[in-house]
Amino acid sequence: MMNLDLRRIDTDFLITGGGTAGCLAAIAFRERSDARVLIAEKADIRRSGCLAAGVNALNAFIAPGKKPRDYVDYARYDAEGIVRGDLLLTMAEGLNSAVEKLEKLGLTILKDKEGRYAARGWRNVKINGENIKPLLAGAVSARENITVLNRANVFEYIVKDNRILGAYAIDVDKPVLYVISAKAALCAAGGASGLYKPNHPGNSRHKMWYPPFNTGAGLSMGIRAGAEMTTLEMRFIALRCKDTIAPVGTLAQGVGAKQINSLGEVYEDRYGLTTSRRLHGTVMEILSGRGPCRLKTTGITKEQETDLLKAYLNMAPSQSLRWLESGLPPGVRDVEIEGTEPCVTGGHTAAGYWVDTSRETTVRGLFAAGDAAGGCPQKYVTGAAVEGEIAADSAVKYMNEKTSALNTDDAEAVKRRLEGCLSGKNRYFSVDDLEEEMQAAMDRYAGGIGEAYRFSAASLKIADDKIHEIETRSDRLSANDMQELVYILELKERLTLCKSLIAHLSARKETRWRGFAERTDFPDKSDKWECYVNSRLENGKINVITRPLIREDEIYEH
Amino acid sequence: MSIEIRHELCTACGVCSRICPGTLIKRRDGKAVIPRPERCWGCAACVKECPSEAIALFLGDDIGGLGGRMTVRRDGTLLHWTVTMPDSSSQTITVNTKDSNKY
Repeated sequence: MMNLDLRRIDTDFLITGGGTAGCLAAIAFRERSDARVLIAEKADIRRSGCLAAGVNALNAFIAPGKKPRDYVDYARYDAEGIVRGDLLLTMAEGLNSAVEKLEKLGLTILKDKEGRYAARGWRNVKINGENIKPLLAGAVSARENITVLNRANVFEYIVKDNRILGAYAIDVDKPVLYVISAKAALCAAGGASGLYKPNHPGNSRHKMWYPPFNTGAGLSMGIRAGAEMTTLEMRFIALRCKDTIAPVGTLAQGVGAKQINSLGEVYEDRYGLTTSRRLHGTVMEILSGRGPCRLKTTGITKEQETDLLKAYLNMAPSQSLRWLESGLPPGVRDVEIEGTEPCVTGGHTAAGYWVDTSRETTVRGLFAAGDAAGGCPQKYVTGAAVEGEIAADSAVKYMNEKTSALNTDDAEAVKRRLEGCLSGKNRYFSVDDLEEEMQAAMDRYAGGIGEAYRFSAASLKIADDKIHEIETRSDRLSANDMQELVYILELKERLTLCKSLIAHLSARKETRWRGFAERTDFPDKSDKWECYVNSRLENGKINVITRPLIREDEIYEH
Repeated sequence: MSIEIRHELCTACGVCSRICPGTLIKRRDGKAVIPRPERCWGCAACVKECPSEAIALFLGDDIGGLGGRMTVRRDGTLLHWTVTMPDSSSQTITVNTKDSNKY
């Protein structure tokens, strides 16, 4: 049995996750306060999270002639009405200054002859985002009093009387348990992939859209701490290039490639052009025997083809590799597309923590931003940056109030629990076995790829039973080293989130987002569900409530 | 399964094991290894950061990979991406990080 070394760390503002929201929140916090700030990151902020491979464009921007309210309207339309107007507007108002900040950090952004940002449509700017994470990390390390604790996996918030006091973390390599005390905290740990069976369950199982390392840790820590969650049932399912799971937007918007079926017909107009309906159309064409579906890229010029190869190298190099090694570049062969497994991510949909307008969760002193924060879809990189800044600003104000200190904690009990996991005794089943079972159950009974994203109350009940059963068995898992212990904690985080996700999918008795969540027992949209579905874990039970929609002219307080 | 570490080129500098977003690359006996290759996302962060071109990106057989190996040589703001095929033929594309994507 391995013994854990208990180490205590004191900080003022604890940020979980060193992605866009986390890094820019740390910088914004230091601009407003002399207090200490600590970023705890599971990997290394230089290349961690969604942007490890880079990013192709800044997808949230407001071009001249458009206003923040236009962005709110667009996001509301795309999300079929279930958005928080207050969150969207406060985000949209900061988007363009976030673009300017990223440029100051060294990000290459395309400009026109007049020196203005060259927009792709009215919401995107073209960039070279291969090095966006090293730039963010460099900006963080250039500031004094921002401590970065890399390879620290935060797994539990310390909350007393519904107020945040800190968190527990383990080192990914060394047998160390950290007890971090903090006056305020920000959850910027992203959303969740890996809940459902992926496109390729074999050796390329992690060839997925959302990073397989975003396990929903931040969300499940909040769920366990009793924080209210919103709109988890609005899953995000990306339409991607088959096999490589590379983005399609660059082809669709960049060279104007249309979605066509096997008959060569452009089908996207038949189903609607929202994000979920583009997916829905692709699924329906395939189910109707008119698949496979492709993006019509044949006929583009050689110059366009070269530019595409370069663009993909900057964000999804596997796709460029596919084109180069096959000798079938996009000008020669249309690109087959498919939907991915469903993810939970507040950067694209409205799923995540229920926050007030200041981005405080229902746990006092715990804020949320980026993919972990709900109610505010279509935020992408720049929106996450704005939310990080808003949350940091709110945390400074919160810390001026009377905050509690971490006097007593359960560190010894947590230490014993983890050391029990480190016995290496169980040889009957592995983390991988249980993960595969969880993903298969979610796929089959909670609307995964295998069921064309369809589910019903009856199937969800089976999913729930299976997840509970897998969770019981997960208590018997044991690890031989710290990395394996991290894998056990991640599986448990995913199981926690699966239960809340199933509760949300069950509660919304309609089909609002065609493609994203297809209820076979309630196949139509209903005005009755023009509301938020929220949940809270209380005394071991997930209680689901609905809340009325909040418009952009309101300020919402808990 | 997306990367291959070529031990004859690895200098055990440790960069890849520090920056892998999945903390998948470990150092064993003075070399970088990836004990759980099926957990790799294929982001290619290590491929770009490795100063020795010791790490190559590939597409797994289960997603129709044809054996090509992609490596990157960094030269200031230039990234030279080279794909080498099993028959040793190769092609290189150079991207300047100071040039924006056209799309």
